[in-house]
Amino acid sequence: MDYEIVIGLEVHTELKTDSKIFCGCSTKFGSEQNTNVCPVCLGLPGVLPVINEKVVEFAIKAGLALNCSILPFSKFDRKNYYYPDLPKNFQTSQYDLPIAVNGYLDIEVNGETRRIGVTRVHMEEDAGKLVHSGTISNSDYALVDYNRTGVPLIEIVSEPDLRTPEEAKAYLEKLKSILEYIDVSDCKMEEGSLRCDANISLRKQGESKLGTKTELKNLNSFKMVQKGLEYEAERQADVLEDGGRIIQETRSWDDAKGITVSMRSKEQAHDYRYFPEPDLVPIVVDPAKVEEIRINLPELPDARKNRLMADYGLSGYDAGVITASRAVAEYYDQIIAFKAEPKAAANWLMGEVSKFLNSANLGIEQCPVSPEKLAGLISLIEQGTISSKIAKTVFEEMWNSGKDADAIVKEKGLVQITDTGEIEAIVDSVIAANPQSVADFKAGKDRALGFLVGQIMKQTKGRANPEMVNKLLRDRL
Amino acid sequence: MELFQYTAHQLQNLLKDKEVSAVDITKAVLARMDAVEGDVKAYITQTQDSALEQAKAVDAKIQRGEVISPLAGIPGAIKDNICTLGIKTTCASKILADFVPPYNATVMEKLGQDTVFVGKANLDEFAMGGSTENSGFYPSRNPWDLTTVPGGSSGGSAAAVAAGEAIWSLGSDTGGSIRQPAAYTGLVGLKPTYGRVSRYGLVAFASSLDQIGPITRDVTDCAHVMNAIAGYDAKDSTSIKVDVPDYTKALVNNIKGLKIGLPKEYFVAGMDPEVEKAIRNAIDQLVALGAELTEISMPHTEYALSAYYLIAPAEASSNLARYDGVGFGYRAAGNDIVDMYKKTRSQAFGTEVKRRIMLGTYALSSGYYDAYYLRALKVRTLVKQDFDRAFEKVDVLITPTAPTTAFKVGEKSSDPLAMYLQDVCTIPVNLAGVPGISIPCGFANGLPIGMQIIGKPLDEETIIRTAYTFEQNNDYHKRFAPLGEVK
Repeated sequence: MDYEIVIGLEVHTELKTDSKIFCGCSTKFGSEQNTNVCPVCLGLPGVLPVINEKVVEFAIKAGLALNCSILPFSKFDRKNYYYPDLPKNFQTSQYDLPIAVNGYLDIEVNGETRRIGVTRVHMEEDAGKLVHSGTISNSDYALVDYNRTGVPLIEIVSEPDLRTPEEAKAYLEKLKSILEYIDVSDCKMEEGSLRCDANISLRKQGESKLGTKTELKNLNSFKMVQKGLEYEAERQADVLEDGGRIIQETRSWDDAKGITVSMRSKEQAHDYRYFPEPDLVPIVVDPAKVEEIRINLPELPDARKNRLMADYGLSGYDAGVITASRAVAEYYDQIIAFKAEPKAAANWLMGEVSKFLNSANLGIEQCPVSPEKLAGLISLIEQGTISSKIAKTVFEEMWNSGKDADAIVKEKGLVQITDTGEIEAIVDSVIAANPQSVADFKAGKDRALGFLVGQIMKQTKGRANPEMVNKLLRDRL
Repeated sequence: MELFQYTAHQLQNLLKDKEVSAVDITKAVLARMDAVEGDVKAYITQTQDSALEQAKAVDAKIQRGEVISPLAGIPGAIKDNICTLGIKTTCASKILADFVPPYNATVMEKLGQDTVFVGKANLDEFAMGGSTENSGFYPSRNPWDLTTVPGGSSGGSAAAVAAGEAIWSLGSDTGGSIRQPAAYTGLVGLKPTYGRVSRYGLVAFASSLDQIGPITRDVTDCAHVMNAIAGYDAKDSTSIKVDVPDYTKALVNNIKGLKIGLPKEYFVAGMDPEVEKAIRNAIDQLVALGAELTEISMPHTEYALSAYYLIAPAEASSNLARYDGVGFGYRAAGNDIVDMYKKTRSQAFGTEVKRRIMLGTYALSSGYYDAYYLRALKVRTLVKQDFDRAFEKVDVLITPTAPTTAFKVGEKSSDPLAMYLQDVCTIPVNLAGVPGISIPCGFANGLPIGMQIIGKPLDEETIIRTAYTFEQNNDYHKRFAPLGEVK
């Protein structure tokens, strides 16, 4: 039977404020254990929270970037549950009046654009971390590191609008891209600054009623989200095919085994006993403040992509790849600012630059070749000073030495040979030295021409203008 | 008269005139503590050594001719649910028996270096109770009759001042915990407007109701303590950002034209006739002094107690969740984390605390939230509206503080409902967030009777003026508790 997959995602992301959500402690990742703590984030008796205004600002920013309405009256609530990494045994979060609601973001999968609803964005505090000796199951003890306690989070909940695991991955990529653009989160899954839980259910094609869902946890990368959902969709389909029923439960993705396993059923689910946080006053947002934040939002990925397509004639794919990361897009804009030809700039950025960065495991911010220098290289090609092939050698040298393209070309004598007389002489000598190939070519073997071109390029160390070589060789033959 | 029997403002004058030193006063109070604490049991922790050091420092300042604050050198007691840097703060609970806060409550910071603190006063565990019998350590006794309770939950703070073991004290009031013990011990107790005094460092019982306030021997001392502790605090988001008046300016012996409301619902069945008589006499006096009396109705009063016993426990169930044996406080050994939680909390919380945690957990549970917690919040709004409407017509409301005088030790300890009824007149004031003061207005069988004066939000001045006028025309506040025999 044919099933439609229905997926909704809950994404938690840490906000990159300097201080925590309810106290002045630092949010710095990787500090020595229990050094970024105070009575407030340790939940000692008698302490009270005070909201960090920056957190509200960042949450509004995220809400606006996700096309949400900002609620003029919002409040915090307590989510009550016991866990040793939660010093107060309740998490201060937002329940029925979150800061932002009813938004969306657009994703593109297989050339088709789909609009995915964002139900809500709400603020909350992060919990601490348990530290075990060895693994959680064989450790004699657990220690608590409270450094992360009170680091601000926003939770972004999607509507159940996603229809494939691939769309789920595209949604996450887009969300990450937007959050990076507005500079509210680092979105580093490996540091836990972005986490994702996924709800998934199946229903018969054409059915409007939602099927019973399961919630997937322990999805530690975008790839795991996709793989976990693919597995779970198949598992649910198998259960339904066998005439079974899906049990509403939380399941954990086991990446090593490539399966999901049951964690707890609906009956074992927590009753969080949410109620309004009496230690904080409701958040009344000044509409003027919201407008100010809206006006100051940077250009977002979709707008930037459209601009690149319209202004530079880039393909949707290229513009999409370049604008997925704000830093890459900014690098691109800078190359253009240094008068590089836009399409060549896009090709270089997505080609050599990206290849070198990947193999060195560097981000664009750490690229040793500056946009200005890359623009210099591209203009050497445009001017015909060097060939594209030579340019790759030059780029490698630029990467390693940090020198200008111009200097490298001059230093190594890599200037393209465009003098007809000079090329003719070499062509003649190669023809003379390879009578067999000449004969083959004349007998109709086109491949022989390639051999002869190769010989010419070898003699000129690749510097001869390839178009001229081709033309002159054909003329001579 | 002994030094420990004076008011703070009297002692302040003696200090200024250099008739006594802060060390003299402190030694007198410490000697009194040594003499009677065994009977009264007002304290959990005594800080005699540091008190003497503080007194010496104040004397040195006076010697140098420096200006000192009105409470400088005057020994005070602090309820043991207010965090004191480096000094145990137990909340009268075994779960915090060894807890030493690494920080001061804002009120402690505001009181400052000049103040002499003689100890941390006993209370009902986590401020839950009305007799101080729920202390996890031992009950306190009422200095007017040692066979009776001093009220609660600030019973230790009240008993200390009444017995001469402190000149003034701080209590906290969630449903009457300052006013009712003040009434039982013949003292002045003020619960300020919610948000007037910072709660930072007050160990939370019910966050939306708790307020710190003074317990003193007269209204003048009350104004001085309020001057010291009131004001906005950036560390408490619920504190109110408005200027604080000089409360001593409200110490005016004049209530001509003051409109007094008498809410009929507060004169309930079960009220001691002696108490009612004393209140009615007091009202006659106020009218004779120039006040205008209006009888009014506050129709939702009868539901206030029920709403309170859902809202306060609901908040408490969450506030007290942090006492789990993990980071601080008492920890029992357990087989795993859940077992450790259960044993820690079972062993170290007292019966009343457990009762309220269970009540509150139930009220917030899925399926019950709307019927209990949410409905209680709606009742709270109605109660508040009763006050809003009343204050459109009158300046202050007058009621008894408690339906009876101090009851016998053990009399109500097995009947929680009877105990809760002692708060019937004080609870609506917390639900509405308005200020209320209790002052002595008579005696029945040798035990003090308290009158409650309730004011508009942030209008502590008018209730202080009313209280001061009544006080200046009477001398109930001048009588000193006789102690007596422990039976």
